Amino acid sequence: MGIVRALLVVLGLIFLAYVGTGILGLESIFGVVFPYTAFVIFVVGFIYKVIKWGRSPVPYRIPTTAGQHYSSLWFKQNKIDNPSTGWGVALRMFFEVFTFRSLFRNTKAEFLKGRLYIGSSKWLWFGAIAFHYSFLIIFLRHMRFFTPETPWLISGIESIDSFLQIHILGSPLFYITNLVIVGALLYLLGRRVFDAKLRYISLPSDYFPLFLILGIVITGILMRYFFKVDVTKVKELTLSLTFLKPTVPEGIGSLFYIHFFLISVLFAYFPFSKLMHMAGVFLSPTRNLANNNRMKRHVNPWEYPVKHRHYEEYEDEFRDKMKKAGIPVEKE
Amino acid sequence: MRLPRPEELISTVNLKKTPPKWWMDLKAEFKPGFYCYGAKGKNLAYVDFPNARDWSPTEEDWKLPEDWKRIVIEGIRQRIERFRTFHIFMDICVRCGACADKCHFFLGTGDPKNMPVLRAELLRSVYRRYFTSGGKIFGRFGGARDLELDVLKELWYYFYQCTECRRCSLFCPYGIDTAEITIMGRELMNLLGLNTDWISGPVANCYRTGNHLGIEPHTMKSTLEFLCDDIETITGIRIDPPINKKGAEILWVEPSGDLFAVPGVYVAMGTLMLFHEIGLDYTWSTYASEGGNFGYFTSLEMAKRLHSKIYEEAKRLKVKWILGGECGHMWRVWHQYHDTWFGPIDFLEEPVSPITGTKFEHAKSTKIVHISEFTADLIRHGVLKFDKSRNDNFIVTFHDSCNVSRGMGMFEEPRYIIKSVCNHFYEMPDETIREQTFCCGGGSGLNAGEIMELRMRGGFPRANAVRYVHEKFGVNMLACICAIDRAQLPPLMEYWVPQVRVCGVTELVANALIMKGEKERTMNLRMEPLPGKEGQ
Repeated sequence: MGIVRALLVVLGLIFLAYVGTGILGLESIFGVVFPYTAFVIFVVGFIYKVIKWGRSPVPYRIPTTAGQHYSSLWFKQNKIDNPSTGWGVALRMFFEVFTFRSLFRNTKAEFLKGRLYIGSSKWLWFGAIAFHYSFLIIFLRHMRFFTPETPWLISGIESIDSFLQIHILGSPLFYITNLVIVGALLYLLGRRVFDAKLRYISLPSDYFPLFLILGIVITGILMRYFFKVDVTKVKELTLSLTFLKPTVPEGIGSLFYIHFFLISVLFAYFPFSKLMHMAGVFLSPTRNLANNNRMKRHVNPWEYPVKHRHYEEYEDEFRDKMKKAGIPVEKE
Repeated sequence: MRLPRPEELISTVNLKKTPPKWWMDLKAEFKPGFYCYGAKGKNLAYVDFPNARDWSPTEEDWKLPEDWKRIVIEGIRQRIERFRTFHIFMDICVRCGACADKCHFFLGTGDPKNMPVLRAELLRSVYRRYFTSGGKIFGRFGGARDLELDVLKELWYYFYQCTECRRCSLFCPYGIDTAEITIMGRELMNLLGLNTDWISGPVANCYRTGNHLGIEPHTMKSTLEFLCDDIETITGIRIDPPINKKGAEILWVEPSGDLFAVPGVYVAMGTLMLFHEIGLDYTWSTYASEGGNFGYFTSLEMAKRLHSKIYEEAKRLKVKWILGGECGHMWRVWHQYHDTWFGPIDFLEEPVSPITGTKFEHAKSTKIVHISEFTADLIRHGVLKFDKSRNDNFIVTFHDSCNVSRGMGMFEEPRYIIKSVCNHFYEMPDETIREQTFCCGGGSGLNAGEIMELRMRGGFPRANAVRYVHEKFGVNMLACICAIDRAQLPPLMEYWVPQVRVCGVTELVANALIMKGEKERTMNLRMEPLPGKEGQ
């Protein structure tokens, strides 16, 4: 549900940025005010949300254990999937965050003549890894626009990303991540459209970020390879934002402002959306706790005493029966 | 209600088909065989639950308190503030769908609301409406909906179609745990007195008599004596089980189901034989006569109230440590909650096996050891002598219990034991065992008779894997270490793979166990002839 509406919203945003900068001449709004506002919303909203989560305590230690536990017996512990120490947890979290280990475990179930078959299924993992890593690389590459001299790390990433040394239509070097991210986004979108189960569970807020990021990526690609914008002027603007002395050069063109506006929307939208899974994964108590429950006590800050039936009450009710049956009692 | 034939039952499942209407527009339809009977007022009142009254899920009027909406919304707020799990799990799901086909209830029913993601969305939509700006502003478009009576009924219907097995949480890239969401959901239901008869009855029983079945102390003693009679018939050895014995070294607590029905009673017999053989200084307790905890299926507070008796009894009897029996959710509660609830346990000693001297350091804080850990250690030290051939009629496979698997991680111990006492052991396919094990379909208080259809559907993925090893290797015995399994798996096998029976691991141990002074055994614990002794 909501795929059309989500697409319309993104198209509306593009139209807004086009009208705003191409017709009304509001470059300073789209180039300065919106980006700054979005950035502030992002930072404040992100921190606020994490603090809010952090204020909910972790009353019980309930990791999902995915391998042999640690015990005093001789069986070999699976230290990554069932960690019993802080280091083990760090390792588990590392693989979870950087390799999407849980998703890598994914399987697919299918019926065939009344029987159930379950097989390995890595496509979702592959699509997710492709999307997230290409996004990360593209994000880092863009840091050149916000630093006066491009750091060596960023240049390094750029040269690896463009190592194919291909030029399209006489344009600058082709970045592999440009192709990968479009492919990954189309895959992630496609499975929501063509898989009946996913279509059924998808909300507008699932389609919206996909369309939004797709919009950002496409405008970016258009700027680099097809309608070349004046990169020097763009950098003049972005650098001025970094140094808090915003100047808006003439003649950058609406395509850039559409790109920039969609990014602003993404930043402002982020803290209020499911995209917060980026922070949430670190806080997830089924993953970030050691399975050492019987060794080390976990304290619940709000634990309170409860009423229960004491042995005395129990014996009072059953004393005669117990005595008759020869079961020892406290009070004869 | 008669069930259709197995092939007919499963032919109705189509995982690729979804209803023409969007899920928010579909009310829950209360199909017979899919919902439990409502709780009885007297059982709720006995443990001081709110809104105690008789009620039925199919009646239009659920006899709710006037301000039920406020109670639920306040209940959500309190739980958001108290549980980081719940708070985060309400916020960060991206609906990637990785969990969808991991749920046995979805695989067995094809009902999209049984996909873990959608089960959680049922509650998440309410959370968004009252607690997030997106939900407040955009409403339905933001995935939010008002808490109406039909919504409440839907929440109830689907939170009692989840066995809290956590298989979905294994595959979730953020570790979102539907069991945790179901636990919170059921707590909310219990604020309104919306419990089931099958859960609230055992809870009231357990509060009064110490065990779910309501076994009173004298009955427990006579039951144990009956079991000892059978043991004497089989082995020629008379055992006198210690009950409420002060100063014993170890308190033994097991699920009471093992004193009640086959095949659980064979586990209880096996335990009696094992402890007798090694001369263990231990005691049963009539007061702490239940290791399981149906309170856990109502609210965490009730769970704590029911299990307070275990350490209290350990203290009264002045034992050194506690040994726990074969049970699933019992071990989730014992392992993941006990120390937080009842610790620090400074009145007991760090567990040491009195037979082998092994220190169970991994249990040094809670002082509770699992019978499979204890037995595996005995075997490793060569303390026990076995005649494996006595189990030769059994071609065995092992069903990992959800809670012991994904809430603790004990996989090798029971396998080591089985391989030590049986000659024929085969594993089910990898995707259905260990951490990926499928639920039996009857956990978390869902093994009521009136939901047999749901149980047979939910247990289907497990049965499907058993059928596979039955056809491939001739497997005819499904071993497990859980009392709910022993209640749920027999009818499940009867329905899907009638050639396969169910047993506890300790039953297999006792079959093979060569006891000092025993007569020549001709029968197993089920009083069936041993291999080669058919004529006797």
